[in-house]
Amino acid sequence: MTDRYQGFTQSGIGRFVVKNLGLPDPTPLQRWTDGAPLVDGPVLVGSVTGTEVSKAIQATLADAGVQFSVASEGVASSEARHKALVFDASGMESTADLTALQRFFSPVVRQLATCGRIVVVGTTPELAQTPRQRIAQRALEGFTRSLGKETKRGGTVNLVYVAPGAHEQLGSTLRFLVSPKSAYVDGQVVRVGTDLDVPATADPAAPLAGKVALVTGAGRGIGEAIAKTLARDGATVIGADVPQLANDLHTVITGIDGSELLLDITAVDAPQRIAAHAQETHGGLDIVVHNAGITRDKRLANMRTDVWDAVLNVNLRAPERITEHLLESGVLRPGASIVGVASISGIAGNNGQTNYATSKAGVIGLVQALAPDLESKGFRINAVAPGFIETRMTAKVPLAIREAGRRMNSLAQGGRPVDVAETIAWFADPESAGVTGNVVRVCGQSLLGA
Amino acid sequence: MTEYSPQIRKVAVVAGNRIPFARQDKTYRHASNSDMLTAAIDGLVDRTGIAGEELGEVVAGAVLKHSRDWNLVREVVLGSKLAPATPAYDLQQACGTGLEAAILAGNKIALGQTEVAIAGGVDTASDAPISLNDNLRNKLLDVNRARTAADRLKALSRIRPKDIVPEIPRNAEPRTGLSMGEHCALTTLEWGISREAQDELAYRSHKNLAAAYERGFLEDLMTPFLGLTKDENLRADSSVEKLAKLKPVFGKGETATMTAGNSTPLTDGASAVLLSTDEWARAHGLQPLAYLTHSQTAAVDYVKGNDGLLMAPAYAVPRMLARAGLTLQDFDYYEIHEAFAAQVLATLKAWEDPIFCKERLGLDAPLGEIDRDKLNVNGGSLAAGHPFAATGGRILAGLAKQLNEAGGGRGLISICAAGGQGVVAIVEK
Repeated sequence: MTDRYQGFTQSGIGRFVVKNLGLPDPTPLQRWTDGAPLVDGPVLVGSVTGTEVSKAIQATLADAGVQFSVASEGVASSEARHKALVFDASGMESTADLTALQRFFSPVVRQLATCGRIVVVGTTPELAQTPRQRIAQRALEGFTRSLGKETKRGGTVNLVYVAPGAHEQLGSTLRFLVSPKSAYVDGQVVRVGTDLDVPATADPAAPLAGKVALVTGAGRGIGEAIAKTLARDGATVIGADVPQLANDLHTVITGIDGSELLLDITAVDAPQRIAAHAQETHGGLDIVVHNAGITRDKRLANMRTDVWDAVLNVNLRAPERITEHLLESGVLRPGASIVGVASISGIAGNNGQTNYATSKAGVIGLVQALAPDLESKGFRINAVAPGFIETRMTAKVPLAIREAGRRMNSLAQGGRPVDVAETIAWFADPESAGVTGNVVRVCGQSLLGA
Repeated sequence: MTEYSPQIRKVAVVAGNRIPFARQDKTYRHASNSDMLTAAIDGLVDRTGIAGEELGEVVAGAVLKHSRDWNLVREVVLGSKLAPATPAYDLQQACGTGLEAAILAGNKIALGQTEVAIAGGVDTASDAPISLNDNLRNKLLDVNRARTAADRLKALSRIRPKDIVPEIPRNAEPRTGLSMGEHCALTTLEWGISREAQDELAYRSHKNLAAAYERGFLEDLMTPFLGLTKDENLRADSSVEKLAKLKPVFGKGETATMTAGNSTPLTDGASAVLLSTDEWARAHGLQPLAYLTHSQTAAVDYVKGNDGLLMAPAYAVPRMLARAGLTLQDFDYYEIHEAFAAQVLATLKAWEDPIFCKERLGLDAPLGEIDRDKLNVNGGSLAAGHPFAATGGRILAGLAKQLNEAGGGRGLISICAAGGQGVVAIVEK
């Protein structure tokens, strides 16, 4: 799926027209490629007060070989062009400290490089020590969400809330959010902090080495990108899809040396088949990505029960049943990470998608309902909520609605399947042991449901 | 209410007969269903010496049928060597028609409602009922309903060139639009049935049927028709190597495995089986070949459910086994209709699969493997061909004769049918 408008804006005449008419000007987003540095340029780090979180941020950047400087006395210079700005706000005790945000960012924000990253790290408000601290921490969300809308040229702004004492769990999340891997993740809030241990870093080029990942709907679209990205990170992928897409699946799986599982996830025995395949062929399962999904758009007044149920069955009931069985069957290995695929439709609602939005909001419910219990068993569950992603599915959307979907976000363009896949790879990373119960939108900070 | 406590009687398979099966648009291209079924029944009548006999009933059917053949079987009886006072009726359950007809007639015999019956089936894929397209049909009916010449002219003037295109029957499921082969291709993928295994099964089918002809097994099961004395589809010189060269015709791309060699071709033909009580057979100087003892039908939801179109027998057989108190291994012969080699192999695999047997069949343990040397020992539909409604009669008569020849034993019949249905039965001696 090509975005012709974006192509036009990159041409000579296109630049002229866009500038003079004030049309949306989508900057081509930079994506991470194998072997590229995590951050292609200098990073500026600041904080309210030096905290354990600040030390963890600097340690993570240093370990990842990122070139960074620390703003002295909390005030940055405006000289250098930074690729990323990271601000530790976790030490803010009261609303008085909020001025530090303005003082750190105002001088440097204009110099942020193309496709720059801004990450603010705070303390989880619900876990704050005092009401004053909680108020200040909660305020951060308004700041990052607004700055996300102000940041141009493909830049993104995200907020990470770290639970008190969970700074050691911050690493994988920070790496994801400062890198081009989070190209289309913008205006999001991520919560970090669990009782789970972060394992010692394995090979940074293959964080998922030795892991077995199930990806449903792996034959094409977002599922294909997920399968390839998890394989790139070292996982052995079990690609599942319906027999109708056998050839697509075969091509994808042959390319990444995984195993194929042809089944309909809504079949009564699909959970058992998945568990048996994972156990017999690979000895267990570490990552489960419930990606398979369908749309059957109809206004509710015209909706038939079979159409309604078809969407609910694939998108929600199957992930629910499969997750339940995988937990019961003991096929999940310690530290297993489950990922649901929700949608901004499930958050904001969408005309003609009562069935789809119900199913996708249900996926969010699945994450929220299971996260606490799973944590006690040593497992994690999160969801991505893709916005407008350029796939065959969205290519079928009528032009006007498609254009609106593409432009009505802070990055003025649609995302790519790989953007969703990178987010899932971050959830799947064993170092993301502190990340559970999150629903992260991959939507370029869409106006819908914000 | 009158006193009603029928004694259940044994249902004897006395004799069977069929005409050789012909490939579509070949030898039988101008033969009608009526011609073929009459030939099969008259051959049976001649061999058993019951010409002029008034039977309890004749029940048979055809899957592809002209609208004028609404009373096909009764018309066939009137044109046959049977007494014209023999009642008859049509029955249709897709590829299960022939066996279902035998079960129905057998049940009447068992309950004492009749002493003797013929069950059969016929189909032609050549003399297919091409019908008017619905637009033209509706417009012509309007013309017919018009009262005045002017109205008639007006109604006629509404016919457009595109209305003239006829509707040709398609081998496709109305609710999915997929052909049976395309449906089976999905099942093949889901069960991971290899091309090699399918070709091997097809090869054995040809080899076994050729051997059956060789030893004269079909001599008293067949009446030549229109100069044909052997099934036209049979390739006695078939080999796994030759089969391996064929290009897949169902499914697409690298994962397609179903070829014209391991799928049954469209075929023309007819079959008939004589069923009766022991007493009737004895009184007519005939020896029962074997007995039809148990039967079962089942259907699956292949539209919204997750079962393959042709997987219903996988459900029907265990239900029948439970009722009969038998295991899948308690048989000397297995006659599994080879609609597609993959259908047979997927069914066998399903019965061996602990997850399928537990989650879908509700069984504690899988039904298990069968001895493949007992499968379709005299060839199957891949070699003989498969005129839809005629297959049940072919299999029933062949199995009964095989059991008689062996001096006794037990055989299982399993037939898959369009619409996600399955008809299965047990024959014993």
